[in-house]
Amino acid sequence: MTRATEISPRDELADVRPEQWRALYRQMLTIRRFEEQVNELYTSARMPGLAHLYIGEEAVAVGVCAALRRDDYITSTHRGHGHCLAKGASVDRMFAELLGKAAGYCRGKGGSMHIADPEVGNLGANAIVGGSAGIAAGAALSARMRGTDQVAVCFFGEGALGQGLLYEAMNMASLWRLPVVYVCENNLYNEYTPASETTAGSMTARPEAFGIPCTEVDGQDVRAVLRAARAAVARARAGEGPSFLLCHTYRYRGHHVGDVNRAYRTREEEQWWMTERDPLTLLARWMTAHGIADAALLAQLDAKVREEIARGLAFALDAPYPDASEVDQHVYA
Amino acid sequence: MPSAQVQPATAPEVRELTFAQAVREALAEEMRRDPRVFIIGEDVAEAGHPFKVLTGLVEEFGRDRVIDTPISEAGFTGIAVGAAMTGMRPVVDIMFGDFITLAMDQIVNQAAKVHYMSGGKLRVPMVVRTTLGATRRSAAQHSQSLHAWLCHVPGLKVALPSTPYDAKGLLKAAIRDDNPVIVFEDKMTYQLKGPVPADDYVIPLGVADVKRAGRDVTIVATSSMVHVALAAAELLAGEGIEAEVVDPRTTVPLDVETLVASARKTGRVIVVDEGYEKYGVTGELAAVIAEGAFYDLDAPVRRLGAMHVPVPFSPVLEDLTVPTAERVAAVARELCGTR
Repeated sequence: MTRATEISPRDELADVRPEQWRALYRQMLTIRRFEEQVNELYTSARMPGLAHLYIGEEAVAVGVCAALRRDDYITSTHRGHGHCLAKGASVDRMFAELLGKAAGYCRGKGGSMHIADPEVGNLGANAIVGGSAGIAAGAALSARMRGTDQVAVCFFGEGALGQGLLYEAMNMASLWRLPVVYVCENNLYNEYTPASETTAGSMTARPEAFGIPCTEVDGQDVRAVLRAARAAVARARAGEGPSFLLCHTYRYRGHHVGDVNRAYRTREEEQWWMTERDPLTLLARWMTAHGIADAALLAQLDAKVREEIARGLAFALDAPYPDASEVDQHVYA
Repeated sequence: MPSAQVQPATAPEVRELTFAQAVREALAEEMRRDPRVFIIGEDVAEAGHPFKVLTGLVEEFGRDRVIDTPISEAGFTGIAVGAAMTGMRPVVDIMFGDFITLAMDQIVNQAAKVHYMSGGKLRVPMVVRTTLGATRRSAAQHSQSLHAWLCHVPGLKVALPSTPYDAKGLLKAAIRDDNPVIVFEDKMTYQLKGPVPADDYVIPLGVADVKRAGRDVTIVATSSMVHVALAAAELLAGEGIEAEVVDPRTTVPLDVETLVASARKTGRVIVVDEGYEKYGVTGELAAVIAEGAFYDLDAPVRRLGAMHVPVPFSPVLEDLTVPTAERVAAVARELCGTR
């Protein structure tokens, strides 16, 4: 196991241009505002079904996807809005999908937990915890068989560490040196249960047992995530096999939007993460310190994002539902 | 065999092949035809599968296309789903049908749902080959016929070949299909011989086959039960009862038209399948026939399936659990009122 090493700010600034840092900030902000809007839609009973919010974890999706090409693959989770947006989904069609509208990414047939967008390599969110571990390894195998240098990223929460499929897939990915990057988002809670009560032993020992190098990352620091993801993706693309990123992060909200009591943790803990470890604040502070952004620019970005969210929501609210004839279409190809 | 085949100017070569050889030939031909096709599963390479179905394929196609896996049904089935979603056409080998239980999430929640959940944007052109069938004295975890489980799930297609000819033609169609197709092969039929054309042919999924024509009673039978039904028909023929044997060949999609037409012709129907009789394939087949031919039926549709017990090891007990030609014939006699 390696800890992501600190590099000097000068090197980092040279490596990623100022406008790219601002773009990463904007992406994180878009996810934050999108999800705040989702929460509002749900609590005002305008959104059907379930929604599992990613607020607090934005730096992981954005940092990892920034290391990917458009034609690289991701598989996502039930908490997948952030991954989808970071891989290139647009907020209007995301909202439309969440509202069950025909203009949604899956024509309203997938909903919050199943958004797929193959045009940008998003092979789909997955409502089965750990369920996409095979799919990600399969996409990586396919990339190699087809002679491309595409990479597949498998996002999952630490709850998936209890699922056997993950270990079957990691075993084969390591044996066959598949270009797959495992991104474990350790947000400390398996749904409603602390990870300490569900996960025996060491999280990093798991990939290491398969001979997969593991890097522990501060998942609230998008710079650290990006740096680690770039190394893992480069390794995969070079044919050197899978990597495992253990990203320490925190889910600000409940397991889903209806989980408001959260008796399994304290408000003090939540408050600490939100004030001390917020990914947007951390990046904003760093950019300000290095002259990449200032208060005025950050306010301007926020206004732009809010406008994009409002436009996307209006589009989705106005969009028609699928025609009844669609109900039995796409069962078979 | 289909009865109305157009004869080409030069008749194609027809050989006697075993069921296993026909399966192997289908795989080899499709792998030669399409570089996206590959095989993945346990002991599929040099070992050639416990029933030697895959012997020789790794020599021709190499280990990159005949991929030996760890003992990880869920894992390699999931890998096949991901490969299929991204441009390949995997053929998954699940050594025994009983082990499909280990891969059910990947088949039921992933493969079967991807096309629909993505609003038609993603496809899973994948085949799962596995087995069904008792009477090999392998006991309860190597003898089940679980195909009804898969038939129950929208998004999957299910093929049940009974002859070498059908095995090759259906498997080739399954590989070319853009959906997940589960092909169940009866272990007891692997060494069965039959005529197989050497030329390229496919049997469309969803087209039943009248394996024997008759006027008095229809026996609808699947997989190896087709041979049980044909043996019953032989018994009955000696007694003046002409049984028609209809093989659906695929249960999803199901050729309801051919089944109903035969039921209308004979007025009496027995449905035979090796899955558990309760809540099984026979129930569905009996229902669609009753719905489609009720006013032409002279008697209720009768069902014969496996007993609702785990398959026992002891040969004496095991043989009791599966429909036999004698039992099928006895039901036919009852139906025809000539007991």
